[in-house]
Amino acid sequence: MGKPQIPGLLKGLGVTLGTMMQTIKPKRLGGGAATVQYPHEKETPPIRSRGVIALREDNCTSCMLCVRSCPDWCIYIEAHKELAPPRRAGGAPRKVNKVDRFDIDYALCMYCGICVEVCPFDALFWSPEYEYSEPRIADLLHDKTKLGEWMETVPEAPALEAGAEKKKGK
Amino acid sequence: MSLLAVDLPYWAQSLLRVLGGTVAVLLPAGTIVYLFLFKMMSFMQSRLGPMEAGPYGSMQLFAEVGKWLQKEDIAPARADLKVFRAAPLVVLMSTFLLVAVVPFGPDAYFTNFDAGVFYMLAVSSISTLGILMAGWSSANKYSLLGGLRAAGQLIAYELPMVLSVLGVVIQAGTMNLQVIVIKQNSDSIFGWNGLGYPYILTQFVAFLVFMISVQAELTQTPFDMPIAESELVSGYMTEYSGFRFLIFFIAEFATAGVFALIASVLFLGGWGIPFSWAGWDPTDLGSIDNWMNFGGPLIMFTKMMVLTALIMWVRFSYPRFREDQLQRFAWKVLIPVSLVNIMITAIFKVAF
Amino acid sequence: MPDIADRQKLSYIAAQAADARLNVELETEGMTLNIGPQHPATHGTLRIIVRLDGEQVIWAEPSAGYMHRGYEKLTEVRTFPQVTALVNRIDWLGSFANEVPFILAAEKLMQVEAPPRAQWIRTILFELSRIANVSLFLGDLGVQLGAITPVFMAFRDREYVLNLIESATGGRFHPNFDRIGGLKDDLPAGWITETKQVMKKLRNFCDEIEALLFGNEIFQSRLRGIGVIPAEVAKQYGLSGANLRASGVDWDLRRDQQLPLAYDKVEFKVWTHPDGDSFARCWIRLQETREATLIVDQLLDGIPSGPVMAKVPRIIKVPAGEAWVSTENPLGEMGYYVVSKGDLGPFRVKIRSASFNNISIVPWVLRGVYVPDVISILASLYFILGDIDR
Repeated sequence: MGKPQIPGLLKGLGVTLGTMMQTIKPKRLGGGAATVQYPHEKETPPIRSRGVIALREDNCTSCMLCVRSCPDWCIYIEAHKELAPPRRAGGAPRKVNKVDRFDIDYALCMYCGICVEVCPFDALFWSPEYEYSEPRIADLLHDKTKLGEWMETVPEAPALEAGAEKKKGK
Repeated sequence: MSLLAVDLPYWAQSLLRVLGGTVAVLLPAGTIVYLFLFKMMSFMQSRLGPMEAGPYGSMQLFAEVGKWLQKEDIAPARADLKVFRAAPLVVLMSTFLLVAVVPFGPDAYFTNFDAGVFYMLAVSSISTLGILMAGWSSANKYSLLGGLRAAGQLIAYELPMVLSVLGVVIQAGTMNLQVIVIKQNSDSIFGWNGLGYPYILTQFVAFLVFMISVQAELTQTPFDMPIAESELVSGYMTEYSGFRFLIFFIAEFATAGVFALIASVLFLGGWGIPFSWAGWDPTDLGSIDNWMNFGGPLIMFTKMMVLTALIMWVRFSYPRFREDQLQRFAWKVLIPVSLVNIMITAIFKVAF
Repeated sequence: MPDIADRQKLSYIAAQAADARLNVELETEGMTLNIGPQHPATHGTLRIIVRLDGEQVIWAEPSAGYMHRGYEKLTEVRTFPQVTALVNRIDWLGSFANEVPFILAAEKLMQVEAPPRAQWIRTILFELSRIANVSLFLGDLGVQLGAITPVFMAFRDREYVLNLIESATGGRFHPNFDRIGGLKDDLPAGWITETKQVMKKLRNFCDEIEALLFGNEIFQSRLRGIGVIPAEVAKQYGLSGANLRASGVDWDLRRDQQLPLAYDKVEFKVWTHPDGDSFARCWIRLQETREATLIVDQLLDGIPSGPVMAKVPRIIKVPAGEAWVSTENPLGEMGYYVVSKGDLGPFRVKIRSASFNNISIVPWVLRGVYVPDVISILASLYFILGDIDR
């Protein structure tokens, strides 16, 4: 090992000193740490962030497409058929599916989004809400009431970049 | 001790000395851990460090101590229990023995050896014994590797430390640490005694060699092969938990503080300010004002902080040497350099 | 056929016998040390059995499989979208890069090509995942060698890339964005300007790492001349990616293959190094990160407008056939051999992962090195456990 040339070692010291000075500088001068002091300050996740799946119960017809397409099979649906009033007067009553139980087990969920994508009736939505941890794993099975409450946190889809094709609908 | 106005019986003085020694070891350890390990390291890594325990995380140290104290004391089944239990105490003992010889003020010292430097260098190698004991008795191949590496490294770096300090001893003409401090603050550089004569000015090379050897004696990066966290998972300390690990932890930072104190005594002028500023007479120790006995420790503390900041700064910035590169560096670079330094110092001492 | 309890007993006895054979065969001299599976240095649960003579290695063998999740078996009972979601998790640091060869193989079978805009955005996300993956390598390299500070800078600057990926796809680590025929969605507004700024920050990060780590003399003396792999040996053991290029072999699948990605529309340099030692491997990855930022900049300037999805049916049934596609992933060459029988899902998928072949050279390269060098060589070879074990 030859005698070390000084510059490389000193440059490294300079980098760490620079980082320290940058962290000590007050926030209004552009400094500060790169970390966020959770839970005193919270970062807002991006709009498309996959935090939790929310359910719009009115749209769900229990077609079971989401149940079949989930890679972990974490959605549980039970439904029964009901008779609904006919659309036009004088017609036959319609058979309609009424959802009894729509549970998503977030302990199994991979947050892949296939169920949201595959639903033909726009009943499932992504929401960036992430603060729903529970002390017990069994409590992570959320039912349709809770899933419906999360609908309020679902944001509007963001505007798209220039050059994107204009889409109709979703 | 003329430190206090009242004349105390011998047992009270000894009690004060013991308390003073404990404070002198634990206070630097605690401050270094908080200021440098928690805060400075975090700032260098763009984060804030512990902030929850107490304002700005100041109580984190007590929380850590409490956490380590309440952990279960595990010893491996096949470990050599007597040696395993004694090893951390041996390491901490060397720190307490070291601090006994450091002067904190004109009258605030524990002992005033005439062979202070000699004693200091001898006692600092006791920790090597403790580390070897820890590594070997742990019944763990990783600890054994760490302990053996440590033995080789620590013994190798004793020599540069001794040789670099010899330059200071030649210049001062004495091995008594108190006299070294007084000489540094009262001598003059080419007839001008405005700054005293801190030996760092002429012994700059020795200072560098001493700081590098101290870094190696403390097994800090870039010389932390014995610990080598990403390979040996704490090396010789792997099997320790609870109170024993806490003793190793405290010993590491306390020794860093005590070595910094010694470096400031040898090179930076110790507890004193240049005597010419206050008109003291170097030949008559009684002429120094009594408040210096309280200001001296503060000055030592500040100088220790500066030197420890340097040690820690290097620790957080560099990767580590491999064992053979380490040894090559000590034997082929540091020892020749310090020998040349001694030669030049001796020549100049005789010539001027 | 013995029942399950008997089979388990038999396999347990076989494992014990193998271990005993190991101990009996080799207990003649030296000390056997297990590096892993729980160890700070291995990137996950890799076990390397070494026999040491003092501090020198006389024999080494990697023992992988502690993280085997049965990917190829899982794909037999999943549909194509489900497999795409699973495949993200093989190389979990640059996860979009895992989806691309699989989707390209499926598109090859369906004989459908994604529209140009989708191809460009796919390439941009591919390069972004390369940057995310290799910037963590640069930080982790410091930790393996004892420098604890660079890893925080790596995480800090990697956050920007992950935020970009999250704003476009919804997932930081597992985008699940590629679909047969294109992409799931288009980019949100403002993404292109933000990406350009992030690329500038990443170039600053590369300069910082170069000053802090690569310029450090201790770092260089730890890595130069260690673990030299000649080009012929590298080719025989099937190394790929930066490991191969560090031995002087000019091999880059982005430039040499004609895949429906936008690499032929940009200019980039393929970095090689003649030495073949650990330093070369690490240095090349640094240069490749910089090069990736330049590629992304070029691509951002010229994204064509149009749809991001081709006309494919809603329920996709891939026609029967076999297809092999491999791409230049961050870790090396990753390829998928997809066999389809015309169902909703593949019949069989064979995943050729880069790290599995990369660590096959461990017994050869670790002969005669010191224990600290074992760690630095493993760090420079750079593997991800999910990639080895799948």
